[in-house]
Amino acid sequence: MSSLVPLAFVIPLAGAALSIVLGWSRASQRVISVTALAATLAVSIVLLVEADREGFIVHDAGGWTADVGISLVVDRLAGLMLVVSSLVLLAVMIFAIGEAEEEQRRVGFHPIYLVLAAGVMASFVTADLFNLFVAFEMMLAASYVLITLGGRPDQLRSGMTYVVISLVASTVFITVLALLYAATGTVNMADLSVRLAELDPAVRAAFALALLVVFAIKAGLFPLFFWLPDSYPTAPGPVTAIFAGLLTKVGVYAIIRTQTLLFDAPDWMGTVLLTIAVLTMIVGVLGAIAQDDMKRILAFHIISQIGYMIFGLGLFTVAGVAGAVFYIVHHIIVKTALFLVAGLVAHRAGSSRLSEVGGLVRTAPLVAVLFAVPALSLAGIPPFSGFLAKFVLVDAGMSAEAWIAVAASLAVGLLTLYSMTKIWAGVFWGVPEEEPSSPPNEGGRWSFVTMAAATGSLVVASIGVSLWAGELYDVAERSAEDLLERDGYVEVVLERAP
Amino acid sequence: MTVLLALVVAVLFASGAWLLMQRRLSRIIIGVGLLGHGANLLLITAGGEGGRAPIIDGGGGYSDPLPQALGLTAVVITFGVTALLLAFGYRSWQITGDDRVEDDLEDRLVERRADEVDEHEPTDSAGDEEPAP
Repeated sequence: MSSLVPLAFVIPLAGAALSIVLGWSRASQRVISVTALAATLAVSIVLLVEADREGFIVHDAGGWTADVGISLVVDRLAGLMLVVSSLVLLAVMIFAIGEAEEEQRRVGFHPIYLVLAAGVMASFVTADLFNLFVAFEMMLAASYVLITLGGRPDQLRSGMTYVVISLVASTVFITVLALLYAATGTVNMADLSVRLAELDPAVRAAFALALLVVFAIKAGLFPLFFWLPDSYPTAPGPVTAIFAGLLTKVGVYAIIRTQTLLFDAPDWMGTVLLTIAVLTMIVGVLGAIAQDDMKRILAFHIISQIGYMIFGLGLFTVAGVAGAVFYIVHHIIVKTALFLVAGLVAHRAGSSRLSEVGGLVRTAPLVAVLFAVPALSLAGIPPFSGFLAKFVLVDAGMSAEAWIAVAASLAVGLLTLYSMTKIWAGVFWGVPEEEPSSPPNEGGRWSFVTMAAATGSLVVASIGVSLWAGELYDVAERSAEDLLERDGYVEVVLERAP
Repeated sequence: MTVLLALVVAVLFASGAWLLMQRRLSRIIIGVGLLGHGANLLLITAGGEGGRAPIIDGGGGYSDPLPQALGLTAVVITFGVTALLLAFGYRSWQITGDDRVEDDLEDRLVERRADEVDEHEPTDSAGDEEPAP
């Protein structure tokens, strides 16, 4: 069973290699990508089921045990992330094939997208901090190319900001790794967890904060979010969707993993995280109110939503961390779905600016429905998944008596609803005030059906999250218990070493 | 020896960080390169005292191979990313004939609003750098 673990990132990587070789045929590239991502989804589901039954699946890469080799571990959290991510990766790939813009024009789209998928998957399964760095770089290097695919001047400018800020984060990551190795003599996370506990608390605090900064840049936390709303919306539609849904959440995953596994969750760290969470929520949602483009509004909402996840983590209680995990699952699906709808709107109306689009509820009622469900979910309206995710978090916050964070999260929920109604009124009601900057895409019927089906599958998945919320929450709760216990993870990795 | 290396790392980080703040892409790229070198050197320094033999069978006292392997990986990544950045710089030069990083959209919107408020004194949009030669 444990030999399935590396398949989660080997399948997309092999697909990428094959896709380069068959670059001359777009049709075979499409078949390879969809097959590889569907296979990854299948492997992920098996891994999640198995991880939930056994607790941990450990694989020693190349047969080398944890003392000298790289361990790969799938626990419940990693399993959940694998399943949701591969689902979203598959849906966005199908959307891109339907849209047939950059995907059809560039030979590189398919291989690079698969490398990105492999990087995301590898980040979730690795139990080695340096390996996490490599996985991050794999994902980021692919994202640098995807975000500037097309080479337009505005893409190049905002892409540069993204690349440079990511490189700064990577350099800080390497620096922290070097210092951690100098202090402890290991980069295996389970081993680090044991050896860090022997260090001086002040040194430990410095490491905890440095790692938080590294991943906060990637996750877009306050005050390190400034690059995000500028760079994401200029990328091609499906690329923005996958970045918005997944990349920042890989950063959040890394924060949760490192802060719970490596460090013993001191009280001050809870306060730091809760403060950051509240500021991230508020700044993100206020930024969204000032925008007049659908994609930019949604990009600012990514930031405010990240605040909710960090709020759950900052409580350091089982209910709080479980809420954060549940929120991530809900958020990845819903956010990607919303950006895909933005892609549909741009495809249909030629623009995603509120002033240039209007009346889509009459001309494209299906798009309106596909927007309404995830938008209401994002704002936290019952009975959608966002309501349950927010309810779990607020409930955990109240039992931990974090009143300010609870109040902020409720107020931000209200402002999110305001933004969503603004998009609704601008895009789906009324008439366009200005001519769209580019003519509406005629496209084929097949193209629109494929795109709508891909978006629809994610909308259905988000409804699925609220239908099976009980089962999902149970898994999230068990994963939170594992995360806060941390002895289980350490033992299961280290006991295999002689 | 280690103190000297630590000093070199400090100088590399400082000059890299300074170059990163510049407006020109070419300087940013050099800055990223210097920062990368600083970080890699730090990784090697983390392996302990220098000057010892590579890993051999039996005898003790050899140097720690792990930071060197990590450093090698990091060097390759820095190399690839620098090449990509150079491609960006070239593309930027192709499009605009210049490699200066422009203000972002939000900055330009704020600037336009400020211009509308006092139309008599339009602010200069050139940023903090001297004009292109």
